[in-house]
Amino acid sequence: MEDVHKKIRKSYVEFLLEKNERMDGRDFFEFREISLEYGMIGTAEGSAIAKIGKTTVIAGVKFEISEPFPSDPEKGILITNAEFLPLASESFDLGPPTEKSIEFSRVIDRGIRHGEIIPLEKFLLDDGKALALFLDLYVLDYGGNLIDTGSLAAMAALLNTKLPKVEDSVILRDEYQGPLELRDIVVTTTFAKIKDRLILDPSLEEEDAADCFLTIGTSSNYMVSAQKTGSGTFKKEEVLELVDKAFEKRKDLLKYLNNIRD
Amino acid sequence: MDEKKVELLKDGKRISGRAFDELREVKIKLGVLDEADGSSYIEWGNNKVIVGVYGPKEVIPRHMENPSKAILKCNYSMVTFCSKEEHGKMGPNRRSVELSKVIREALEGIVETNLFPRTQIEIYMVVLEADAGTRIASFLGAVAALLDAGIPIKDIAVGIAAGKVGGKVVVDLDKDEDNFGEADFPVALTRTGDILLLQMDGKLTKEEVEEALGLIFEKSEVLLSKLREAVEEKYSKEVVKELKFSNKIIK
Repeated sequence: MEDVHKKIRKSYVEFLLEKNERMDGRDFFEFREISLEYGMIGTAEGSAIAKIGKTTVIAGVKFEISEPFPSDPEKGILITNAEFLPLASESFDLGPPTEKSIEFSRVIDRGIRHGEIIPLEKFLLDDGKALALFLDLYVLDYGGNLIDTGSLAAMAALLNTKLPKVEDSVILRDEYQGPLELRDIVVTTTFAKIKDRLILDPSLEEEDAADCFLTIGTSSNYMVSAQKTGSGTFKKEEVLELVDKAFEKRKDLLKYLNNIRD
Repeated sequence: MDEKKVELLKDGKRISGRAFDELREVKIKLGVLDEADGSSYIEWGNNKVIVGVYGPKEVIPRHMENPSKAILKCNYSMVTFCSKEEHGKMGPNRRSVELSKVIREALEGIVETNLFPRTQIEIYMVVLEADAGTRIASFLGAVAALLDAGIPIKDIAVGIAAGKVGGKVVVDLDKDEDNFGEADFPVALTRTGDILLLQMDGKLTKEEVEEALGLIFEKSEVLLSKLREAVEEKYSKEVVKELKFSNKIIK
């Protein structure tokens, strides 16, 4: 029966797009309402909760002492993990990470890592050990476009992060060196393709109707990550158009991030 | 950054001696396994990938059945001795789970799943030796193995990666270029230019994205004709065999 509902909703979404409309009245390249709070988790070194439409993700940052990875001995460690909590959606279950939650955290991680915004080379400690930054994401409410909400929460948590003091490779949990150094701000923008229409920030109904998605991560000057998901296809011209749109719509997200460090 | 440039580019060429738009040698062979319904073996530079396809067959577990189309089950895995560095771990990891997903979604764009409702098609891709570009080599192997299995597809497709090395946009990165380069941009596309798979990490400007896509589209022709040759080789042999047999009977 669920399939029937989905089909009806899908044809309704398509019917509206034909008339250049969306279910919630948005323009094709308009985000839903965004809200962002940060620094509300006292036990974390950095935290934030982001909401795009109904979708809500909380992010927290913790530091540990670790050994550098043998494949990258000159750098500290960044580990990004995500959990899709069952309270967020009927479609989420308890259990080991699913391919969707793995992809979610890896795409968010990719932008932050390849945008080189965290100076991981400064995380090395004297005795061959290194600081490890754990960036953990929990989905609290799932209403479509998880990745953009998650990456917004992640970036806000990083901007909110204080670097703890370290003595003899022990983290002093209540003393801080100052804010975590960040070289740039990375955000993602996700577009859905529904019957040859391209839209920004798909809602859950629009996700169910979509053929495929393109998530593009941007720093100030570069595209730093991209991921196509879903089984439909994009044309080259569409990809190039969306890269342009990603740089343009990035500004809508920066509004919420720019003042965190003020 | 400057050190890396010296390392990866010498006299305006890549350290492998390849031109910026030059692919490594690619060999494709269909029908390499006996038990699988379709199979292929790919050598792409030093990458070695073997692919087996089963199905369409009964869906297990039953509740995963789709009454209107076949479901695809894709598994990308690496053997524990396939990389130059440390001994790998057995079993799935986060990377292989993600790559299996993006390859599956790419194949869903071409396989005629609507012809086989309530069935599953299994695609197993095993990387035997890795030298960067294993996901697109695996994708190529999967398309070849599906063709070998005789599973209808809408169009043939290939994967190809572009990237940035020493500030230059290049195609088909090898391991050193992937590790020390500035961007990796794997894409899979059909003959008609429909993009089935697209991932990217690194730093590319809008202009570089355009240049990279241009190179990918241009060089995909080379791979598409190799794939066509491999299919022709396999099927012409079989047709010849068949003809000889029927000749005897007719005679």
